[in-house]
Amino acid sequence: MGQGWMGRLRAGLGRAREGLLGAIASAVGTRRVLDAAALEGLEDALLGADVGVLDAEALIERLREAAARERLDADGVPERLRLEIAERLRGAVRPLRRAGEPPTVVLLVGVNGTGKTTTAAKLAHRLKADGDRVLLAAADTFRAAAAEQLAVWAGRVGVDLVRHAPGGDPAAVVFDAVAAGRARAMDFVLCDTAGRLQNKANLMAELQKMTRVAGRACPGAPHEVLLVLDAGTGRNGLQQARVFTETVAVTGLVLTKLDTTARGGIVLAVHRELGLPILYAGVGEGLDDLRPFDPDAFAAALLGAG
Amino acid sequence: MFESLTQRLEGVWQRLRGRGRLTAADVDEALREVRVALLEADVHFRVVRDFVDRVRERALGDEVLKSLTPAQQVVKIVHEELCALMGGTGARLASASQPPTVVLLCGLQGAGKTTFAAKLGGLLLRQGRHPLLAACDLQRPAAVDQLQVVGRQAGVPVVAPEPGDRPADVAARAVDRARRLPADIVVVDTAGRSQIDAALMDELRGIRDRIHPHEVLLVLDALAGQDAANVARGFAEGVGVDGVALTRLDSDARGGAALSVRSVIDRPIKFVGTGERIDAIEVFHPERMASRILGMGDVLSLIERAEAAWDQDKAVEVQRRMRGAGLTLEDFLDQMQAVRRMGPLEQILGMIPGLGPRLRAAGGMPQLDDKGLGHIEAIIRSMTPEERRRPEIINGSRRLRIARGSGTAVSEVNRLLRQFEDVRRLLKGAAQGRMPPGMPPVRGLGGGLGGLPGGMGALGAGHPPAGLGAGPGVVGPGVGPLPGLGLPSGGPAGPGRTRKGPKAGRGKGHRKGQGRKGHR
Repeated sequence: MGQGWMGRLRAGLGRAREGLLGAIASAVGTRRVLDAAALEGLEDALLGADVGVLDAEALIERLREAAARERLDADGVPERLRLEIAERLRGAVRPLRRAGEPPTVVLLVGVNGTGKTTTAAKLAHRLKADGDRVLLAAADTFRAAAAEQLAVWAGRVGVDLVRHAPGGDPAAVVFDAVAAGRARAMDFVLCDTAGRLQNKANLMAELQKMTRVAGRACPGAPHEVLLVLDAGTGRNGLQQARVFTETVAVTGLVLTKLDTTARGGIVLAVHRELGLPILYAGVGEGLDDLRPFDPDAFAAALLGAG
Repeated sequence: MFESLTQRLEGVWQRLRGRGRLTAADVDEALREVRVALLEADVHFRVVRDFVDRVRERALGDEVLKSLTPAQQVVKIVHEELCALMGGTGARLASASQPPTVVLLCGLQGAGKTTFAAKLGGLLLRQGRHPLLAACDLQRPAAVDQLQVVGRQAGVPVVAPEPGDRPADVAARAVDRARRLPADIVVVDTAGRSQIDAALMDELRGIRDRIHPHEVLLVLDALAGQDAANVARGFAEGVGVDGVALTRLDSDARGGAALSVRSVIDRPIKFVGTGERIDAIEVFHPERMASRILGMGDVLSLIERAEAAWDQDKAVEVQRRMRGAGLTLEDFLDQMQAVRRMGPLEQILGMIPGLGPRLRAAGGMPQLDDKGLGHIEAIIRSMTPEERRRPEIINGSRRLRIARGSGTAVSEVNRLLRQFEDVRRLLKGAAQGRMPPGMPPVRGLGGGLGGLPGGMGALGAGHPPAGLGAGPGVVGPGVGPLPGLGLPSGGPAGPGRTRKGPKAGRGKGHRKGQGRKGHR
């Protein structure tokens, strides 16, 4: 393997960090026309944002058509691409559901390390600021000190927490929390669950049990099952969404860590294939950094202009 | 691991193999598939582009087009280039000339640093080293608690911060403590950030400049997408990275990050995390991984795991007793546990060369989990020592008691006993030289493992595709043909013996079991 190849690669990756706008500029070049080479450059840029081959090719096809039909030139490309992406996610917006009769039970699920615990805290903070009464449930009884982590957050937010001893049955935590939520007239019960890889059948079955038990403690629960997806996730994010939706009927997504260099392009495929809405986007480490998902802002950020 | 990539490449090879001679268009068609497969595997798009270009250049050369076996030539080129991309040979941790060796971990939030720190500590402990962990993540709530818990599980002491400490202070104290203990290697867990920002880099540099680590390991999530390349580059530029640990390779992610990172920062992947158990860590072997991507299985990793799980002396003893047909249910249980220690069945089966495609051809990887084995274990554990040694004394009322005690049905107990009898009879026959082919006697590592691929081949061949498709039937009671067990089963798990439905593995027992095993 020649050093020249490595060197080229490294230099190239440096450029990739400048975002899609830079990529577009270099792809279009000085000729200001959308030729095959320019389109290929754009496709690469989309691939680099985890948009995936299928969606990237579809988006490029739209640009190609536009270029032929409307004489779209280089200056029009970024705005056109942004609109195309935002348009695809327009139907993905909806607010958090509320149960007809409180409490609304929300289950946060996902693979390890996507930010479920932090999202639970941020969501609690958000709802509390709106005047809702919120109860947190530490149903991650597996990861060492997960309950402690959530306890710290509960303290900062100023909401109550239901927790059991480590290694306990997470479904029992859910049951107790939902029961407590009803008894204490809470508006929301937010259940943080342990991270699990979707290819572990036994852990997915454990999650199913949690949803069953929630339904037993409160008819209709869980009202929301939110899959927490890390913006840095690659193509496996689609597989995560598929399997979690199959096993526990995911009702929506939370896209976390959008404040990073990762672009979260995977949600395009997830929404296209599964039609799941994206309820929130995590954009920072502070309690206030959970925002309702905004397709326009997302598309702009994906193109490196956010 | 790279299951789906393997699958796609296999499809390409199949088509290439079907042709006598290749044209440039054939090569391009195959390479398009390779490109999509690699992109869908999260390999960075620039790495993919260069990779495909290089393979095309060589594939269109005379060595392929004029070759009598062009398809094999292309496979060979892809394999070679893949190996080159992942780095030459497996790399080791740096070692200090004067202990302690200091290893600094870095990575983004949620990459799995804390868990990996404990796993690495445990691995070093098993290698006869004296590790010490330093809890320098003062950012995430309860991160210190978490490291203390997993450190305890791994049996490795943890240095925790004292009030007023900054991360670098904890690290320095840990190194100091290591000198006095003495411990010969310190693993420093650090805070992650959601992104590579100035504050994170400053903190990491602060720690680095205080303790002068011999090795800076970047912990990277195998689920990561295209951004993995940027992340690796950011850490490499910000603190300097000597090696990479790839976590969550037990997922079904294709882990293309492994392919990108090495070429982007020119640093080897040294370790991989392969499960939630505290001992689920392996040394990374690039050549094995490349073979695996190309559908050639991962026999070497399998053998290594078997070695770790087997007690050689015990195996010899079992073998001695088996010759005399004195095999007991206790031996049966020991062997089963050895197999379980090798890891989840699904993972083990994935390492068998050729089995992957065959399972997929039969309708996908069956849901393999350890419940079938768990039932058998429960049944044997519900027996008295006398019953385990002399199963012939187990009468009707004993059967009922055993079934109750193990939470199973009498029919299951009966089935196990029948199988055990079959095994014993077969072994007796074997001892007299009537061993069926492909079922070598257990001879510890030599014989037993030599028999691995053969034994598994027997599994694939012996079961009709429909049986495999039935899923749980494979785990069912047919423990026999498992690798390393070397025990022939009481026959393939045909429809009559299949456990019903893919309900196996419900509940929490399995996971808790994992936790407990972590204490070993």
